[in-house]
Amino acid sequence: MTTLRQAEESGETPLLEVKHVKKYFPIRKGVLQREVAHVHAVDDVTFAVREGETLGLVGESGCGKSTLGRTIIRLLEPTAGEIIFEGTSIEHLGTRRLRPLRREMQMVFQDPYASLNPRKRVGTIVSDPMRIHDLGNRAEQKRRVGEILETVGLSPEHYNRFPHEFSGGQRQRIGIARALALRPKLIVADEPVSALDVSIQSQMLNLLDDLQNELKLTYIFIAHDLGVVRHVSDRIAVMYLGKIVELSPAEELYTRPIMPYTEALLSAVPIPDPDLAEQRERIVLVGDVPSPINPPSGCRFHPRCRYATDICKEVEPPLVDYGNSHLAACHHPLNVDAETLRKVAVAEEESPAAADDAALPHDTSGPSHPTPEPTAPDTHSR
Amino acid sequence: MAERLLEVKDLKVQFATEDGIVQAVDGVSFNLDRGKVLGIVGESGSGKSVTAMSLMGLTRGVNARFEGEVLYKGTDLLHVSDRNMQDFRGNELGMIFQDPMTSLNPVYRIGEQIVEAIQAHENVGKRAARARTVELLRQVGIPNPETRVDDFPHQFSGGMRQRAMIAMALSCNPSVLIADEPTTALDVTIQAQIVELVDRLKDDFDSAVIFITHDLGVIAEIADEIIVMYAGRVVEQGSKRDLFYDPQHPYTWGLLGSIPRLDRPRVERLHTIEGSPPSLINPPEGCKFRPRCPHAFEKCTQEPALENHVEERAHLDRCWLDVEFKRAHRDATISGGTVEAA
Repeated sequence: MTTLRQAEESGETPLLEVKHVKKYFPIRKGVLQREVAHVHAVDDVTFAVREGETLGLVGESGCGKSTLGRTIIRLLEPTAGEIIFEGTSIEHLGTRRLRPLRREMQMVFQDPYASLNPRKRVGTIVSDPMRIHDLGNRAEQKRRVGEILETVGLSPEHYNRFPHEFSGGQRQRIGIARALALRPKLIVADEPVSALDVSIQSQMLNLLDDLQNELKLTYIFIAHDLGVVRHVSDRIAVMYLGKIVELSPAEELYTRPIMPYTEALLSAVPIPDPDLAEQRERIVLVGDVPSPINPPSGCRFHPRCRYATDICKEVEPPLVDYGNSHLAACHHPLNVDAETLRKVAVAEEESPAAADDAALPHDTSGPSHPTPEPTAPDTHSR
Repeated sequence: MAERLLEVKDLKVQFATEDGIVQAVDGVSFNLDRGKVLGIVGESGSGKSVTAMSLMGLTRGVNARFEGEVLYKGTDLLHVSDRNMQDFRGNELGMIFQDPMTSLNPVYRIGEQIVEAIQAHENVGKRAARARTVELLRQVGIPNPETRVDDFPHQFSGGMRQRAMIAMALSCNPSVLIADEPTTALDVTIQAQIVELVDRLKDDFDSAVIFITHDLGVIAEIADEIIVMYAGRVVEQGSKRDLFYDPQHPYTWGLLGSIPRLDRPRVERLHTIEGSPPSLINPPEGCKFRPRCPHAFEKCTQEPALENHVEERAHLDRCWLDVEFKRAHRDATISGGTVEAA
């Protein structure tokens, strides 16, 4: 939390900026393999990540959170939009020009069984990134592997073992060690703990936390478990059908959800306390997530939303700042007082376009604090 | 007093493997009455699934050895022949598996698979079986069951597949429904729907449920009685309230403490259970949890019995620690670590 605030005050540029990124996958049919439709996996997503912060990305399966994670570190090329990493646009860079950047961004995968090559020894798995990037000689690489293994809670003697000799939790540590080998700045962790047992899960979350403090890492943490995300994140982005529908400081998302989808998602999380579980009002969402091939019109959540009205079917709500860097895209925001609502309405009228970029840090002075530019006539809004 | 459906007495299951004998389940006992939900909680390898599958006779094999009794309405299922077991599976005991993707056959229509299950157990015509299938799909909440019955599994979403699995498990009106991690592969919103469904169907079909999960949150919602398993053994057993509000075993505390909880302030650092679960081939001597237990002392090298130590007679645990000591020390663990300074 502190790092985030410091960064804000010093006005640093963010480590990563994602602007209007879209990733569509074509669906081909027939002998000619013509494109007949698209899966709108990620559809116009904008946000920024500051150095040293953890951004949590939550949503149901199929909401595009993994695709977004992979697009950010350029395992996929975006269909449209900009990805700016440390000031460089990387959205269309080729393999060769991406290579030096790969050292800065690494990924930790979900399944510790599938993401380690069973035929390679741990030493090789962890030193491969250094070999590929030509860092140091053999001896140095080996020494470094020993160091990293110790950092992640394994022992250097594990160098010559194979992945199958390790438990699930230990394998995930190897996966983290591999990601750390190049001393990256940004780590995208895609469901890093969901395949693990609860007792091992908490060990892993603490490890990720320690590593962040020691190595000044920035995380994008993708998960579907809202408890886990709350624990690790400074800010959280909630995704639904390829869009970010709410972006908020972690704690505030849980105490004051604005988007009804977030509210429903939170109420669905089972609470390990029988009395509380009984008292609690549960919003059980009907149906499943609609198909991203042909997403619903207007607000994509409207077919499942209990507050939906006609406007939700027709007009897509923009992501609006409700103060305190809490953004949401909804026509019927919850937990917002009348004063804020009025301010937001005014700001939107003044600069409807700015709302679109509300998720970017330099725009916080825009819609949230309606300070009209001196040159702009603002008579119509008063 | 509701009818007693299942009585499991000191069930032990061993598998002979190349590396040695695996004691997968070591002395599980419980009773299950009509209308009740028994929750079994534990991590992978704790023996919870083997327990459930052994009740159904699904772990039988040349390398498996069973001890104890599994009495279903008085019949010991462990000694029923494979052929006769078929009369119990489906008709008396139904099972829902964890992964609906892999437990449905991808090349057969949903309806065909449920019709097959009905016809395997009952002498009914195809038309009647199909009509019942449509009705079952309606009961588990599949929209337009008349048309969806002819869909293939890939045309169903994950939640709908699990609903279809539940319909199949219920197709022959079993008295006991065994659900092995039925919600683990699902999203929270869908999980909430399925938990509600199982709870409602239990009443509609007047059956009892054994609900296996590693998620204490789900258990808190659905179970009446809970068994906590560790390394093949029951370490604690009691009513839901006993387990959540007066937990007696340090492993249960650890489980309660290591989940990041939404109903509490965010903690700075999560509580962890150090180390990892022991090997079942060569388990530690004495208490199986001893190597990971922060409160272990000399006596723990001897195995404690599963006994009652507290006022509530039906609350059992396998721990040597003094009850007063436990009540004084457990909160530090259960609270889940240090709370972040505001």
